[in-house]
Amino acid sequence: MDWLALSEEEVTAIRLSLLVSTVAVAASLPFGILVALALSRGRFFGKSILNGIVHLPLILPPVVTGFLLLILFGRKGPIGAFLDQYFGIVFSFRWTGAALACAVMGFPLLVRSIRLSLDAVDRKLEDAAGTLGANPAWVFLTVTLPLILPGVIAGMILSFAKSMGEFGATITFVSNIPGETQTLSAAIYTFTQVPGGDLGAMRLTIVAIAISMAALLASEFMAHLIGKRVNFE
Amino acid sequence: MTLSVQVRHRLGDFHLDAGFEAEGGVTALFGRSGSGKTSLVRAIAGLIRPDEGRIALDGDVLVDSKRGVFVPKHLRRFGTVFQEARLFPHLTVKGNLTYGRWFAPRDAVPERFDRVVNLLGIGHLLERRPANLSGGERQRVAIGRALLSAPRLLLMDEPLAALDDERKAEILPYLERLRDETNVPIVYVSHAVHEVAQLADRVVVLRDGKVEAIGPVSDVLSGPSLPTAANRREAGSVLAGVVEAFDPPHRLATVRLKSNMIHVPNATVEAGKIVRLHIPARDVMLATSRPEGLSALNILEGTIEAITADDEGMITVRIGCGGDIVHARVTALSGERLALRPGKTVFAIIKTVALDLH
Repeated sequence: MDWLALSEEEVTAIRLSLLVSTVAVAASLPFGILVALALSRGRFFGKSILNGIVHLPLILPPVVTGFLLLILFGRKGPIGAFLDQYFGIVFSFRWTGAALACAVMGFPLLVRSIRLSLDAVDRKLEDAAGTLGANPAWVFLTVTLPLILPGVIAGMILSFAKSMGEFGATITFVSNIPGETQTLSAAIYTFTQVPGGDLGAMRLTIVAIAISMAALLASEFMAHLIGKRVNFE
Repeated sequence: MTLSVQVRHRLGDFHLDAGFEAEGGVTALFGRSGSGKTSLVRAIAGLIRPDEGRIALDGDVLVDSKRGVFVPKHLRRFGTVFQEARLFPHLTVKGNLTYGRWFAPRDAVPERFDRVVNLLGIGHLLERRPANLSGGERQRVAIGRALLSAPRLLLMDEPLAALDDERKAEILPYLERLRDETNVPIVYVSHAVHEVAQLADRVVVLRDGKVEAIGPVSDVLSGPSLPTAANRREAGSVLAGVVEAFDPPHRLATVRLKSNMIHVPNATVEAGKIVRLHIPARDVMLATSRPEGLSALNILEGTIEAITADDEGMITVRIGCGGDIVHARVTALSGERLALRPGKTVFAIIKTVALDLH
């Protein structure tokens, strides 16, 4: 069973992938909810443009998204330079950059799922909460959010799964540096490029399948728990 | 407490231009569907912003289009009960009931939880989810939820309309207790004459977005000013009285009005209780001499005060019986044959009388 034992390099790649995906989902969640709210409830000029931009990473070749990120968020890019100068946040060739790439790639899935459940919320319940004295923020926290929770969790898991498998945008934006930006997918790709790397690629593939399955089961379980809690009238 | 409402609002082709003032007690907004009563109550609740108008409660201005005042719904503290219960599906009954408490101001004196739960008979439902309740139970919880948010005014938008007759009969007594045992003034929207007769003190009749009549329930419900033919067929007199005696073997209650006694069948009440009687005008016959050998228990002698004709060949006769007003709806032909005219002495034969505990 020796062939099953993961090398140090492989463990690093797995841990990095988990870290990158978790951070990507957590950091994009508040923005995802805000954008979904704007798309579902807002009435403003340029709504379809915003919708298009959000969904762009879904249709663009990942390499193009990665290149755009490189231009915008690279050290010399307009946003990257600003963030570096005023907040000390650097994306290029760091794991944070990988997380950004994953967040951008998973964002359409996150927003779409939240938006669909927002569209399904009965606004009459929100009106009722308002007449009971809850201001709009409280209405959102105590009525809307609990009702869209299944959609939020589904979106988070989709986005997480997307992040775990993200390859093209990440490798274009932050390259393939072991221990810093070499995620699971990138590590498998690297193994397939060297002679005798098949075994390592196979081990990581098994790990990837296990993580995906676990995420899927977790989402089913959460949906079951929430389904028990939320029974629509 | 004085609620004054003056609203002008346009919804597509529909123009709402209505106003009324309400003191405490139950004020009914009455009219057929499409008459604007729901829009009016939604404007009071703050769910729509009227194009023009002024809404104030005891000098606290909530809407004044001239001064650009519009208090949002969550700051009005007007508890609202909708046609559908609108309970929060993710909370238990208890969670729904206590929801408004979190947002009530500290100086507000809320109804006591136990009292409201007992009043509405929902103590056994507290741990359940709304999905597991019947329609009538849901509506009772919705009423309790509104009541427990320490409202200054309770708005009820056809709370019984979505329920079948059995469920309506289940909830009406709770609404009466609510009216009698709490101090919260109520604006009650309905298109059902018997609900209004049973609950309301004052009635505002709406038709095509305008106020057609305003007045005490006994005047408005007497008939001619009611908006539809179907309503007029249900029209009648509303009389308040005290139970004088109850005869268990015959299940017959005797109610003392101002100067008459009325026997009410199949009513289990204790003596001394204040009750409200609803006498449908179509169930009152008229005779010009005292009839004999008749099964009817209640025959009142009185003087005709007014006669109103409608476009269906019927007349509504208003009879003063020593201070008690009874209305009779008879055909115009009978009116001619009996030579009915104001001032004439007649005998009102009451076929049915419904008793509502007051």
